[in-house]
Amino acid sequence: MYGVIGQSGAGKSSLIRCVNLLERPTSGTVTVAGQDLTALAGRGPRAGKELRAARSRIGMVFQHFNLLSSRTVQANIELPLEILGLSGKERSRKALELLDLVGLSDKAKVYPAQLSGGQKQRVGIARALAGEPKVLLSDEATSALDPETTRSILELLRDLNRQLGLTVLLITHEMEVVKTVCDSAALMQRGRIVESGTVNELLATPGSQLASALFPVSGEATGADRTVVDVTFHGEAATQPVISQLSRTYNIDISILGAAMDTVAGKQVGRMRIELPGRFEENVVPIGFLREQGLQVDVAGDAPASIPAQDAPATAAALVKEGAK
Amino acid sequence: MTWSEMQPLLEQACWDTLYMVGWSTLIAVVGGLPLGILLVLTDRGGLLQNVVVNKVIGQVVNIARSMPFIILIVALMDFTRWVVGTTINREAAIVPLAIGAIPFFARLVETAVREVDHGLVEAVQSMGGNTWTVVRKVLVPESLPSLISSVTTTIVVLIGYSAMAGTVGAGGLGDLAIRYGYQRFETELMWITVAILAVVISVIQFAGDYAARGLHRRGGGSGAAPRLRLLRGKAPATAATAEPVKTTDPVTADAEPEREPVKAS
Repeated sequence: MYGVIGQSGAGKSSLIRCVNLLERPTSGTVTVAGQDLTALAGRGPRAGKELRAARSRIGMVFQHFNLLSSRTVQANIELPLEILGLSGKERSRKALELLDLVGLSDKAKVYPAQLSGGQKQRVGIARALAGEPKVLLSDEATSALDPETTRSILELLRDLNRQLGLTVLLITHEMEVVKTVCDSAALMQRGRIVESGTVNELLATPGSQLASALFPVSGEATGADRTVVDVTFHGEAATQPVISQLSRTYNIDISILGAAMDTVAGKQVGRMRIELPGRFEENVVPIGFLREQGLQVDVAGDAPASIPAQDAPATAAALVKEGAK
Repeated sequence: MTWSEMQPLLEQACWDTLYMVGWSTLIAVVGGLPLGILLVLTDRGGLLQNVVVNKVIGQVVNIARSMPFIILIVALMDFTRWVVGTTINREAAIVPLAIGAIPFFARLVETAVREVDHGLVEAVQSMGGNTWTVVRKVLVPESLPSLISSVTTTIVVLIGYSAMAGTVGAGGLGDLAIRYGYQRFETELMWITVAILAVVISVIQFAGDYAARGLHRRGGGSGAAPRLRLLRGKAPATAATAEPVKTTDPVTADAEPEREPVKAS
């Protein structure tokens, strides 16, 4: 599952619409599942037969669901199958199967207007899966939903990703979405991807805006003679309780100023801001200990690192704010 | 003039009107629907964007619409003779009626189809649908309630136009009202004709609204068949339970300003 995040107008939607060529890129190529779609597109504005066939193998889920209000739930799911030219019996069998998959088997005969937002999006997902796609594009699929429903839709996507081996490309402005389900993420700003990689790689990148936005930590030093240290756990470190080990080994008191941690597959992922007594010079040894554990350690107020480090949280905060909207 | 004298005249006039309006509506729909859809598709940003075609169709429609109907009848006489072989009977009136109604209906179709959410078009495109699929599966079904209202409006306008069909000897209610009612001072007959026209138009309007609302309700409310509001007191209790519980959807609320109270019995 690949998440693309960015503020409104950063070009996320254009990016995802380029993937199935609803929007034509002015230059470059789009390759999906080994097939060069831009080569299929031809020159005219209309989509040729081959491009349409390729599109039918790419599922797409929309922010506003885009279900036909004149059709029942089942008929909505049958629509892509009609386009593929399946027989009536085949279509209804498939549609009911998909409804079962998204947990709405009792809603086959109702109209979309009678469904809640979350249910509508489940129908949207079922419809997107009808053509047995290898790739599912999700254009802000959860942005119109409340947090609870968002979670259940994301779980559904995650399950589909695992069960069907479906690649999911997810566009969102909500950090939470990326954090919950994505294996990899990219940050878009002003039409460009400024950072990308797996969540672990991003965490391991010093000064990564995406990492600090995904795992925001804050907190100021409580006194002048204290050292504030940001510790990043990117899953490769030994699975040991390092903080208490540090405390016991060097007999120092450590206070945790802020932390954003997750445990993924038994490994700790996230960031923590801790405060050690004494100035930096007095703490070289404990910090060395942390580095030995395979953790990434950034010392706040460290002269060379401070400029990008200060810049990053500001942007990150802006992103988080945007997400809160 | 006694009632027994009036009755055959009125009957004949009613049938003439229905005959003319019925056929010309049919032709207007068959001709205007594709024209209206084409106006949307060829417009800037449309699926078949073609500014030249769009401008040409738009101009033709505008010119046809700006022409007073009585002039249209005269202007089309040669064409009418070519199509039906004569210029003076019911069939001859259908030609200008239909041709006058096609651009009118096409504009209404254009407006109705333009209302369809572009997201739906995109959804079908993303499934691999072509333009024809978009028209057949999205644009027409999704705008059907509005299209039905457009047909209703067209019928009502055609009934008005058909009054002028008397000038080519096609008969009809309007013709009756003028020739007998006005020119022969049969005031009573004139008022009866006017009353019949009023009733006919009311019935058509009611039926059209009812059908459009029924379809709209399907999209915007319960899946149950539409019920007459007049029958609200007698609505069965089962229908009340079928009413969905949802008030938060603004679109639905808009679509059904006059939904029945949930407690029907």
